[in-house]
Amino acid sequence: MQAIAEKKAAHTFQELLFTLQRFWADQGCVLQQPYDVEVGAGTMSPDTFLRVLGPKPVRIAYAQPSRRPADGRYGENPNRLFRHTQLQVILKPPPVRIQELYLESLTAIGIDLSQHDIKFEEDNWEWPVGGAWGVGWQVMLDGLEITQFTYFQQCGGMDLDPICGEITYGLERIAGFLQDVDSIYDIVWAVEPDTGRKVTYREMRLAEEEQFSAYSFDYADVTKLWEHLNLYEAECLHLLEEAKTFEKMDALKLKRFPVLGAYELALKCSHVFNLLDARGAISVTERVGVMARIRTLVVGVARIYAAQGQQISELAKK
Amino acid sequence: MAEFLFEIGLEEIPARMIAGAQAELERRAVAMLERERLVAAGAASRSFATPRRLAVWVANVAEQQEDITEDLVGPSVKVAYKDGAPTAAAAAFAKKAGIAIDALKTIATPKGEYLAATSIRQGRSATEVIAEELPKELAGIYWAKNMYWRAGRPERFVRPVRWLLALLGSKPVNVSFGGYEAGDVTYGHRVLFGEKPIRLKSPGEYEQALEKSFVVADVEVRRQKIRKALDKVTRTVPGLRWREDEALVETVTQLTEWPSVVLGGFEAEYLTLPEEVLVTVMRDHQKYFAVEDKDGKLAPYFLAVLNTETDEAGLAIIRHGNERVLRARFNDARFFWEFDQRLSLKDRVDLLKNVTFQKDLGSYAAKTTRVRKLASALAGLALERRCELNPVALDEAALLAKADLTSELVKEFTELQGVVGGLYARAQGFGAATADAIYDQYKPVSMEDSVPRTPEGAVLAIADKADTIAGMFGLGMEPTGSKDPFALRRAANGIVKILAETAVALPLTLGEVASAACGQNDTLAEKVRGFLAERLEFYLREARGQAYDVVKAVLAAGADDVRDAVARAEAVTAVRGSDDFAAVSAAFKRMKNILHQSEGSGEPDEATHSEGVALHPAQAVLADEAQGARLRVTELLGRSDYVAALETIATLRPHVDKFFEEVMVLDPDPAVRQSRLVLLAAIVDDIRRIADLSEIVVAG
Repeated sequence: MQAIAEKKAAHTFQELLFTLQRFWADQGCVLQQPYDVEVGAGTMSPDTFLRVLGPKPVRIAYAQPSRRPADGRYGENPNRLFRHTQLQVILKPPPVRIQELYLESLTAIGIDLSQHDIKFEEDNWEWPVGGAWGVGWQVMLDGLEITQFTYFQQCGGMDLDPICGEITYGLERIAGFLQDVDSIYDIVWAVEPDTGRKVTYREMRLAEEEQFSAYSFDYADVTKLWEHLNLYEAECLHLLEEAKTFEKMDALKLKRFPVLGAYELALKCSHVFNLLDARGAISVTERVGVMARIRTLVVGVARIYAAQGQQISELAKK
Repeated sequence: MAEFLFEIGLEEIPARMIAGAQAELERRAVAMLERERLVAAGAASRSFATPRRLAVWVANVAEQQEDITEDLVGPSVKVAYKDGAPTAAAAAFAKKAGIAIDALKTIATPKGEYLAATSIRQGRSATEVIAEELPKELAGIYWAKNMYWRAGRPERFVRPVRWLLALLGSKPVNVSFGGYEAGDVTYGHRVLFGEKPIRLKSPGEYEQALEKSFVVADVEVRRQKIRKALDKVTRTVPGLRWREDEALVETVTQLTEWPSVVLGGFEAEYLTLPEEVLVTVMRDHQKYFAVEDKDGKLAPYFLAVLNTETDEAGLAIIRHGNERVLRARFNDARFFWEFDQRLSLKDRVDLLKNVTFQKDLGSYAAKTTRVRKLASALAGLALERRCELNPVALDEAALLAKADLTSELVKEFTELQGVVGGLYARAQGFGAATADAIYDQYKPVSMEDSVPRTPEGAVLAIADKADTIAGMFGLGMEPTGSKDPFALRRAANGIVKILAETAVALPLTLGEVASAACGQNDTLAEKVRGFLAERLEFYLREARGQAYDVVKAVLAAGADDVRDAVARAEAVTAVRGSDDFAAVSAAFKRMKNILHQSEGSGEPDEATHSEGVALHPAQAVLADEAQGARLRVTELLGRSDYVAALETIATLRPHVDKFFEEVMVLDPDPAVRQSRLVLLAAIVDDIRRIADLSEIVVAG
């Protein structure tokens, strides 16, 4: 086993990210920075959720810290995190060899496929609040789910054409596998080249896990969270209402209309909802209703995003 | 004649859909070739499937359709020619027949002279026909879920198409689908063979060529390869056996092209976790086979089926990886188990307010309240009939039944709901009756599954299911056609199965269950009862293998008491082969018809019957025998001995035969007629207590 561990230790957490980003940049992906509003998954970043809409081709890759308050375990569970990191690759339209490219990316991070067992097992994805779903697989490497691979079919309740390929790597999972450690916190994040000191995931993130778990489970002020939710929602609804006048807008006003701002407000609502949920503050009767409210916002934004794009191209034609 | 081979290459097809699609492709391809007169009926065919391909092979395919010669009759000569010149009608007919106008013949018919022609429809080449027809068959294949992948959304399929191969003999057939044109090329195993094309010279090479490229295309061969490998690898540790699991063998067969097996181990300390939890993690989450020792106890090993073949070093890496994942999963499970003990099931009941059962039916707390009430009502009925049941344990179980839904372990392993509650109840010192009832509350989950082991479990399981059915029906969410999103049919099947099979007699009827579940709402209760009765019919046919006519006959005599209906159906089936029974059935039908005909024809009422009427000797004998039989039958029915009861009735046969031979039932004298009708009605009623024999189909 020693030999295995040594062989796998080649990649630090950050080298893993570099290598995958380099790989996809070489395939023509634009490297985007993580989105700076709380999201529950890389899919919710506007670089995925909004860019998959419409006919325009997209190739983009980015790492996305993803917050799931209910998954927090105060840093005590070696496999579960309040915030984990996804590497999201979006390819619209998907290249024919997308699966082969994906397998090549595994080779790039040092996985010799001839010495491993890899399977694509059915796993379909959906985000009802976003009116979004797709079909695809979970990719299993020696029994470990390392990637979610999805062909997006619908987003914001709208059919996609062309559809979009989405590859989501679970970076902590893969790093743990490559470094052969049993706890996420033991992952080596980086090594100081001069001293050889190993900086671990624990050093970088444990405090965050402890404190945010405590915040979402024990401290978050329920009354204020509800107020936040109502305020963000009201502002988003206000923008959705104004978007009904797209046809009357001139080109400048139209292109400056803050659809992206409306989306951030919808994301804020989603995150506050997750906090309330983790806090156990949402009753049965409320739950369905609040999810419907957020769906109205998210799907509404997707619609006005598509409408804005179309209106702009129509104005350009005149 | 040539062999035909078609293969469609796909990105990984979901394992659960492969077998169905494989069979459908074969069926469709063969039917198309038959329809197109390219193969004779019953042509030999085979099919193949792996996660990345579906293929069909057909023998003796004609390379050319035979020409079809048809004699056509056209318009009458009078219409076809005007002043000696052909009219438009003649031209149209010639065009339809595909010959020149002056080549048309005339024939004499009783109606006069008509134009005629012999048309020869030329057979087309098989390649042309297949290229035209096969894509339509592909597009028609059913997939539980499919997708678009090409811009412009030209077609949907289960996953993107990656290649097509179609060969008739050595010739490629121009089939196109999903943006590909078929050629003579296939591909091997993703990793072991890579992306190199494999060119086939003829259909017969297919299986072997793939075998050389690390693909076992035949599903059965792959399944046997896996079973053998499981046996062989397990034997490397003396005394071990792998736990047979047919469904899992099927899944891994459909997940692999080139299977092999690795034996891994885990630390024995995890064996302190309940076996249910360990097996669920291995089977449902990791698709591993559990391993047991000589005594059938779980051993600290597992078997993983791989889709690759590698050397010892590679195998060590793969084993290590799988062990690492399993250890993490077991750690999680243990963590959840320990974490869950911080809050007892009793304390969790309160948390159920926050778990939705169904949005209009409220939370699981609300469901718990309803199920407790319902269980207690059903238990009351059962106790009245001397069912041995502990009502206190039942009520405790009903109260705690859903508490495990708030546990971390069930949130993680939802398929263990109920089981976890039962295990926690035991661990927390509740009595065995309570714990077992909680453990079994979701049983039976299918027709094959066992029923709850105890009467408390049985009543709880019925109450839980009946509450769901009544609630959903109340909202108008009844199953329709193939749509049953809340699995209400399965729930109702479960109720029927429990009532039929619970070892300790649970003397509840479908009507009682329905009424108790629907409260004061009689209309709803009637609907639910009807739904349950329909499931009883299904149960008798599917689970008990009773013939369609027997089921109809028995249920026409009563569809409320499940155990009784089962006993009656079995009795009818047991005696239906005998001659006497067939004759009695026929007589029953006759009697029923006579009674039916005479209904409402102004008969005097029954009270005035046979007093003082001189009886025909055959009638007197039958009346006597029927009277005697009735006494025995009543006694036998009291013991639910339906076979003996039917046999007793069958002994009436000679007397019935003689009666019908010698006596006219509908005698002109109203008093005589009435006495005979009353006699027949009494016999019919006796038989009807068991089954309406007029439903029985008598052979010959």
